[in-house]
Amino acid sequence: MSAVLAYGLAGAALIAIGLYALIVRRHLLRKILAMNVVGNGVFLVLVALAKRSAVPDPVPHAMVLTGIVVAVSATALALALAVRVRDATGQATLDERRGTAAEAGRGRDAPG
Amino acid sequence: MDAIAQLSLAAIDVVLALALVGLAAGALSVRSLFTGVVLFVGLGLLLALAWVRLDAPDLALAEAGIGAGLAGALLLAAARRLAGPVHRERIGDDEEA
Amino acid sequence: MPLLVRFLAATLSLAVGGLVAWAVLGLPESAGLREAVTAQMDRSGVSHPVTAVLLNFRGYDTLLEVAVLLLALIAAWSLRLAPPGRSPERPGLVLRELVRLLVPVLIVLAGYLLWLGAHAPGGAFQAGALLAGAGVLLALVEVRPLGATPPFALRLLAAAGVLVFLAVALLAMWGGRLLEYPPEWAGLLILAIESAATVSIGLALAYLFRGDEPTTHREGGERT
Repeated sequence: MSAVLAYGLAGAALIAIGLYALIVRRHLLRKILAMNVVGNGVFLVLVALAKRSAVPDPVPHAMVLTGIVVAVSATALALALAVRVRDATGQATLDERRGTAAEAGRGRDAPG
Repeated sequence: MDAIAQLSLAAIDVVLALALVGLAAGALSVRSLFTGVVLFVGLGLLLALAWVRLDAPDLALAEAGIGAGLAGALLLAAARRLAGPVHRERIGDDEEA
Repeated sequence: MPLLVRFLAATLSLAVGGLVAWAVLGLPESAGLREAVTAQMDRSGVSHPVTAVLLNFRGYDTLLEVAVLLLALIAAWSLRLAPPGRSPERPGLVLRELVRLLVPVLIVLAGYLLWLGAHAPGGAFQAGALLAGAGVLLALVEVRPLGATPPFALRLLAAAGVLVFLAVALLAMWGGRLLEYPPEWAGLLILAIESAATVSIGLALAYLFRGDEPTTHREGGERT
C-alpha cells in the first residue's frame, strides 16, 4: 500500500512543520496558516489510513469533510479576530519583547 | 503494461507527497505574507489531487471549493488588512520571526 | 525568539510527527467500518456511503458542524468590524461580464451537486461551497448576494441549515430516538436537510468573506 505510506508520512510531516511554525512564528496570520497546515496533516493521516483496504472506509471521509468545514469556520473567525487585534493595537504580531500589545500600542519604550 | 502503470502511479504518489511537504514548509517560512498565502492555496489544490489518489472524490470536491477556494479568498482578504504596521501599505513588508 | 524556545519547539514537533509516523507505519491492514456501513446502507435512504454516514449514521456530527459554522458567523458579526475599504475604481469590464456569466452557472452546478449527493460524490457541502464562490464573485463586483431580500430573511436563511436539521432531528423522536429517521422517509428528510444546509453554508461563507452584515439601508455606491 504505497499510497497509504506516502500520504500518511506526508501528513505526519505536515503536523510537525505546522506545529513548529505555530509555536515559533510571531505574526498572527502566520499562526493561523500554521494551524491550517496541522489540520491538513491530520486529514491526510486519517484519509490515508482509510485507504488501507482496496475500497476505502467511508467513515473517516465523512469525518474529514466535517473537519474541512469546521477548519474554515474557525479560520474565518480567527482572521476576523486578528483584524480586530490589528485595529485595536496597530500590530498583528505576538511579541514578548514589547510586553503586552496594549503597552506596545501606548509606547515603544515600555519594558517587556 | 500493468507494471508500468503501477510504477508511474507510485511515482506520482511520492512526488505529490513531497510537494505537499515542500509547499507547507514554504508557506510557513517565506518572508512575504502574500507569498505564504499563495503557497497555502497551492497546498490546498495539491491536497485535492491527493484526495483523488486516495479514492476520496467527495473530499476532493470539498477541498478544492472550501479548503483552497474559500479559505484562500478569506486569507488573501485578511493578508491585505494585516500586512505590516499601520503606516506601511505594501503587502510584502511585515514583521517576522 | 530565543534559541532555547526554538529548540524545544523543534523537539516537540519532531516528537509528535514521529509518533504519528510510527503509528501510520505500524497499523495493520484493516477495512475499518466499511462493512458495518455497507450492511446498513439500504436503511439509510441514500446510495452513496459517504452521504449515508454524514447525514444519517453520524448525523449528530454534521448537525454540530452546521451549528459551528453559524456560530462562527454570529461571532464574526458581533465583532462589528469595519468592512474593507472599497476600491475607488469601478470593477473592470472583464470582471463584470465574467461574474454575469459565472454566477448563474455556479447556481445550477450547486443544485446539481446537491441532487447528486444521494448516489454519487457530492452533497450539501460541495454545493454550498459553489454558492459561496458565487457570493464571493458578487462581493468582488460589490453586489450583495440576494440583494433585494430583507435583512431579516437573509439572517433566517443563514440559520436555516441548523433550524431544519434540528427540526428533523427532534421530529424523528416522534417514532424513535433523536436523529433516527424512519427508513421510508429517510431519503426525503436527508434531501430537505441538505437543501437547507446548502443555502446556509453558501450564505454564511459568503458573508464571512464580505465581512459586513445584511443591513436595511443602502449605502452610496451600491450597484445591482
